[in-house]
Amino acid sequence: MSETVRISIDAKEYATEKGRTILEAARDNGVYIPTLCYFDGIAPTGTCRVCTVNVNGRPMAACTTPVAEGMTIENDTPELNEMRKTIIELLFVEGNHFCPSCEKSGTCDLQALAYRFKLMAPRFEYEFSQRDLDATPPKLIIERNRCILCKRCVKAIFADDGKALFAVSNRGNRAMINIDDKLAKTMSDELAEKAMNICPVGAIIKKGKGFSTPIGKRKYDTKPIGIENQVSS
Amino acid sequence: MAKPVVATTSLAGCFGCHMSLLDIDDRILQLIELVEFDKSPIDDIKQFSRQCDIGLIEGGVCNSENAHVLKAFRKHCNILVSVGECAIMGGLPALRNNIPVGECLAEAYLNSPTTKNANPNKILPNDDDIPMILNRVYPCHEVVKIDYFLPGCPPRADLIWNALVALVTGKEMELPYEVVKFD
Repeated sequence: MSETVRISIDAKEYATEKGRTILEAARDNGVYIPTLCYFDGIAPTGTCRVCTVNVNGRPMAACTTPVAEGMTIENDTPELNEMRKTIIELLFVEGNHFCPSCEKSGTCDLQALAYRFKLMAPRFEYEFSQRDLDATPPKLIIERNRCILCKRCVKAIFADDGKALFAVSNRGNRAMINIDDKLAKTMSDELAEKAMNICPVGAIIKKGKGFSTPIGKRKYDTKPIGIENQVSS
Repeated sequence: MAKPVVATTSLAGCFGCHMSLLDIDDRILQLIELVEFDKSPIDDIKQFSRQCDIGLIEGGVCNSENAHVLKAFRKHCNILVSVGECAIMGGLPALRNNIPVGECLAEAYLNSPTTKNANPNKILPNDDDIPMILNRVYPCHEVVKIDYFLPGCPPRADLIWNALVALVTGKEMELPYEVVKFD
């Protein structure tokens, strides 16, 4: 029998179970905390910090912080949403995000968060950073201009024998995602599709696939990201 | 009271944003009631004839003429609006920003399938009347101060319409979710 833990989010009391993260507890209770690198079913990494909440007054990543009895959590505040928007803006200027020509436009989580936070233009200078793409895998294109280094692909895409296909090389602003050349050649269509879908942006594109859904019918064309988690009030 | 005056231009753009402005359909008749146009491709007025209230800028800054026109717009317009992805971040022309200009010109005029045998003297455009291409494509707000941004490729007609009405009437702009898109 699991132990019940009581927490408050934005001054409302919720009951959850010991061992849940703040993010899981919030979603169980229909409270939306914005996320970007988090993916259901993959152990959270906490790379993007978009899910940052104030726990007893201190900023913490909701996806990696377990709940504890009596936690006071602030989530939907102007300050936190402004900080989340700032993270999105920084990601937009750091990479080369050409939305009009991107296969993932309309289903991209980064773009959807920008829409949600009503980002009209980033406040920061565009870096136009030097990145390259790798089109050598038979089934995939690795488009590093769009990569936000969330590591979802690293943690979720494995060959039959359990070897990881993706890894990050280098550190800091030289960090980049790579795919194992040999394993990439053995990839099935299903695995390639899964890799494309697990990428929150357009950094992993399945060859021959893209622009299949018309504008107006894509995931985030009419519905903001996160709406599926919200309980209508 | 005189109507507010609007000027528009397309710098390194494709005129898609201007087409989107025309996509307001029959509201164009209301627009003409609301504002007058000065320098703009819509009425084909080439030079500013007076100080304008609103300047709409399509396209980024890829050559010396773009920079010249943009600075003239800043001088002659009280409010300047970046319209569309190219004005905001360079857009598709900025795909060349990671490629040295020399390589871009060589590809276009010396090495491409249609030019490699047609340009035996290996001439790159260098006439005084041709604007100089810049080292990279610049977002408009990195060249002059921009007051407002309307994203989209092109920005939805409703977004441009809502923005113009808000600017002219002084009322807060309506921003429904469907009209703010980056593509």
